[in-house]
Amino acid sequence: MNRDFIIYSVTLAIILILYFLVPKPINFSPTVSSLIIALIGLALLYILFRTIMRQYVGRRVVFLFVGIAVVLPFFMNVKQPIRVSPEVQTVYDWVAQLERGSKILVSFDYDPASAPELQPMAESFFRLCLERDLKIIIMGLWPQGPQQAELALQIALQDPSVVAKNLRRHVDYVNLGFQTGNEFVIQRMGTSFKSMFTRDVSGIPYDSIPLLKDVSNFSNIDYSFNLSAGYPGTVEWVQVAVDRYGLKMGTGNTGVQATGMYPYLRSGQLKGLLGGLSGAAEFEKATNKVGTATFYMLPQSFSHVIVIAFIFIGNVAYFLGEKRKKGKE
Amino acid sequence: MQLFGIWVAAFFTLGIISFLYRDNPWYKLCESIFVGISAGYWFVTLFFDNILGLFWAGLSRENPNYMLLVGGVLGIMMILRLAPKIGWISRWPLAFVVGATAGFYLINYFSSNVMLQVSSTLMPLFSTRFSQPVFSASAYDTIGNIVIAAGTFTGLVYFFFSREHKGVFGGVAKVGIWTIMITFGASFGYTVMSRMSLLIGRMEFIFKDWLGLIR
Amino acid sequence: MRREIPLLITGVVGVIFVLQYFIPHAPFNQFNNWFSDWFSIIGACAIWLGALNLIKISADKIYRRRADWGYSVIIILSFLLIVIIGSSSWTHFRDAGTGFDWLYTYVYSPLSATMFALLAFFVASASYRAFRARNLEATLLLLAAFFVMIGRVPVGDAIGGALGIPESFMPSKITIWIMSFINSAGQRAIMIGIALGIVSTSLRIILGIERSYLGGD
Repeated sequence: MNRDFIIYSVTLAIILILYFLVPKPINFSPTVSSLIIALIGLALLYILFRTIMRQYVGRRVVFLFVGIAVVLPFFMNVKQPIRVSPEVQTVYDWVAQLERGSKILVSFDYDPASAPELQPMAESFFRLCLERDLKIIIMGLWPQGPQQAELALQIALQDPSVVAKNLRRHVDYVNLGFQTGNEFVIQRMGTSFKSMFTRDVSGIPYDSIPLLKDVSNFSNIDYSFNLSAGYPGTVEWVQVAVDRYGLKMGTGNTGVQATGMYPYLRSGQLKGLLGGLSGAAEFEKATNKVGTATFYMLPQSFSHVIVIAFIFIGNVAYFLGEKRKKGKE
Repeated sequence: MQLFGIWVAAFFTLGIISFLYRDNPWYKLCESIFVGISAGYWFVTLFFDNILGLFWAGLSRENPNYMLLVGGVLGIMMILRLAPKIGWISRWPLAFVVGATAGFYLINYFSSNVMLQVSSTLMPLFSTRFSQPVFSASAYDTIGNIVIAAGTFTGLVYFFFSREHKGVFGGVAKVGIWTIMITFGASFGYTVMSRMSLLIGRMEFIFKDWLGLIR
Repeated sequence: MRREIPLLITGVVGVIFVLQYFIPHAPFNQFNNWFSDWFSIIGACAIWLGALNLIKISADKIYRRRADWGYSVIIILSFLLIVIIGSSSWTHFRDAGTGFDWLYTYVYSPLSATMFALLAFFVASASYRAFRARNLEATLLLLAAFFVMIGRVPVGDAIGGALGIPESFMPSKITIWIMSFINSAGQRAIMIGIALGIVSTSLRIILGIERSYLGGD
């Protein structure tokens, strides 16, 4: 009880100091950044030494290193070159070749838990479409999806390249909202969007929305982009919308799901893939905008190096242990 | 309200993170609130989007779709699962869902995940890149196509357990397991990236939106 | 009849969904529309069932004063809070500025996101403790993970450049090659295998051979 009280008190004190006393914002100079990187390296070497001596560090030390690797890079100013991979470039090329006024269907099939990876993709994609005067139709197979779409839309509409266009809801973009039914919703949309989405999120009837005047099903959509974090998601869209109704579709997936999409990409069922946060950062690079994903790539780099370092340390200790065992035998 | 909301969000974020130290009342409080709010969120959303938006809208329009009543009855049967004595009636809508899913998956999975995948595995050595119809031949793509064809075949051989993995068959299955291990390694790498991204997002909220320490 | 009627329903609905794929005309298109609507409604009711079951279990825990029953009170209060606040705005419950939107933005989203963010710590800890190159297969897995992790972030190419690695063998290029070819092959083999399993299980369900979904009597 005493120990817990001390820990809670120290945590509260740190929070209050950071909130009220520390000058904002914090920005490390290159010297300080290099010093921090060197200190982290030395600490990892120390852990390697301890692990070799069979003194494994506790899991809380690993947690601390992960926390440091994620937090400290936020205050550093290190530029990293980002290369655009072919599958990301494909998404950009497909959107870039569409004519003004083309209809884009964007389905939001994720929840706030996956937002750090997918939200930057959504913002960049919306920005690109709105810059090119493409018409956006939003819907979701997850209930939180359309709300995430509204958040991304607000960011994209505030971009300097888009603000001047004075875009209007129901004319340039529309949010049809969410519908239960998973893959059956997609199947019904193949014949009629209106059968599944009788109104948009603000309650306006489908037939009263100017943007949807000539849109009855997938045949009226020029390109589709699916943001997916699980089921229902990209797999269902490929099986129904792409394979049965011939929809041209690109996708943005979480890292966990992205690896399973490559067979669809190779077979041509998918027209482009943004995989995880790195895919989002590459798409921002392709669209020449520095956004959230690019900002996240430095902590991402650090955290990957830390995980690799710990795997390496664990294996060095393992092999030395095996060598000792064989020596004894 | 926004400032208050940010402090509330920070309270919940730190409460969940406190689990890293150990299970504690703060974490349990946040977890309970999460469970209750999640259930309520789905409850409200489905009522307005589905029950009102689909069911009621379909019945109250000019040409009512009375077949929706069958769906309504099946839905009520599903909810009756809560009553122990007549809970067995929920098997009917459950059977409907299982049958619909089975019928749907039978064809769609076979078409998309078997036929189209097998046909795209049988590729010419002069390859085309992704979805662009450009006739091209390169050592990079030729070797890659051989890897895909051989990797897919050997991977499928590995999963064939009706025959013992010995001799030539065993050798082919071994190549298959190597392919699958590399695939799992790639999946692990992406999983690490994915999980770290989520953590980075939360840390940005803490240090930027709440504490204002990041520009 | 408690098992026979559900089996009949499963078989009939399953066959209709198979047929409507090949015959998208009347009456199968009409069946497809009806069944899709019913599926949506049943799906919504199933989730309602889950929510109501949660309330029932929590209420039971409070009534019987089981361990940690206080947290069950929190669960029920949280549930009622969002239902009442969400219902008060009726169909505009999701509009910006409503109580529901506030709860979504400042309570639901942070909790949901942080729950999953915790996994990052456990992935690193588990990697340190358990990820060992014990044999060839594990080594291949480890090497693939290494190249993908280092190649998917810009620091990989930065390190490669510093070490003077040729452009074609940069970590990002190796990662693209692994993902585009070897990963595609392995995932495709797994995908085909799973799909064949799904096809056979679906057939068994439609024909009434597989009955485990009905539960006990």
